[in-house]
Amino acid sequence: MDLKLDHHNEDRLTIVEVEGEIDVYTAPRLRELLIDLVNKGNFHLLVNMEKVDFLDSTGLGVLVGGLKRVRAHDGSLELVCTQERILKIFRITGLTKVFGIYASVDEAKEAHGRDK
Amino acid sequence: MATVELTFSALPAHVRTARLVATAIARRTGVEESLLDEVRLAVGEACSRAVEAHRAHCPGEPIRIELSDDSGRFEVTVSDQAPSDEHEHDRPLDLSMLSDSYTSGFGIAVIAGLADDVEVFPSPKGMRIRMSWPASANGRAG
Repeated sequence: MDLKLDHHNEDRLTIVEVEGEIDVYTAPRLRELLIDLVNKGNFHLLVNMEKVDFLDSTGLGVLVGGLKRVRAHDGSLELVCTQERILKIFRITGLTKVFGIYASVDEAKEAHGRDK
Repeated sequence: MATVELTFSALPAHVRTARLVATAIARRTGVEESLLDEVRLAVGEACSRAVEAHRAHCPGEPIRIELSDDSGRFEVTVSDQAPSDEHEHDRPLDLSMLSDSYTSGFGIAVIAGLADDVEVFPSPKGMRIRMSWPASANGRAG
C-alpha cells in the first residue's frame, strides 16, 4: 500500500492523518508535508498513525526531523498510535522518551488543553 | 537447503518488493505468523540501509539478498558493495545528531532489536548483514 497524507487544523493543533506505509520510498513525501506545514506557521503538529501499516527508521527519521523543526519555534510534534508493531519500533530506538504518544486524537487534544 | 537469491538496483521503490518477497518466503519456510512483522521490518531496514549506501557510493551496482532455510532457521543475508564504517552500528542515539533524511545507525539498531540473531560484517568492499529467525520443521519449502 502506498502512502496517503491529509491534514486539517483544530484550534491551534494541526492534525496530520497518515495512512499506508512509511519507508525509504514514501517517507520523503511525509517530510515535505511536515516542512511545508512548519513553513506555513503550523508549529503544533499531531501525527495520527492509527492507519499506518508499516514504519521503518527512515520514517522515524522524518518524524525526528519534524520534531526538531517545530521545537525551533517552541512547537510540538506528538503522535497518536496504539498499534503494538509500530510502538515496538519507537521502544527499540528509545524514541518513546522523545515523542508524546497518545491513544487517540481526543486524548492528545485533552493533554494539550486545547479540547473544545 | 532451499535458497532464493534476489538482486535489485539501488532504488527506494524496490525496498518494498524486497520486504514482500522476504515475508512471503519466511511464511513459506514456516516462520511463525507473530514473527513475520519483525522479518518484514528487519529486511526492509537492511535493504534501506544498503540502498542509501549505494546511492552515496555506487548507484549503478546492485544489492543482493539471499534467503534460505537452514537447519530449522530462516536466514536472510543482505549484501551491499558500498564501503562501510566499522563503527556505524555503534553510534549512540543523539537526537541533535539525527538527520531526517538518513539514519543509518538507527536502522541497524532496529534490526538488532528485531531479529532473533544478527551479525553485521562491515568491510571496505561493502557490508553484509545476516539475520535469522526460527522456522518450524514443517515449513513448506524444500
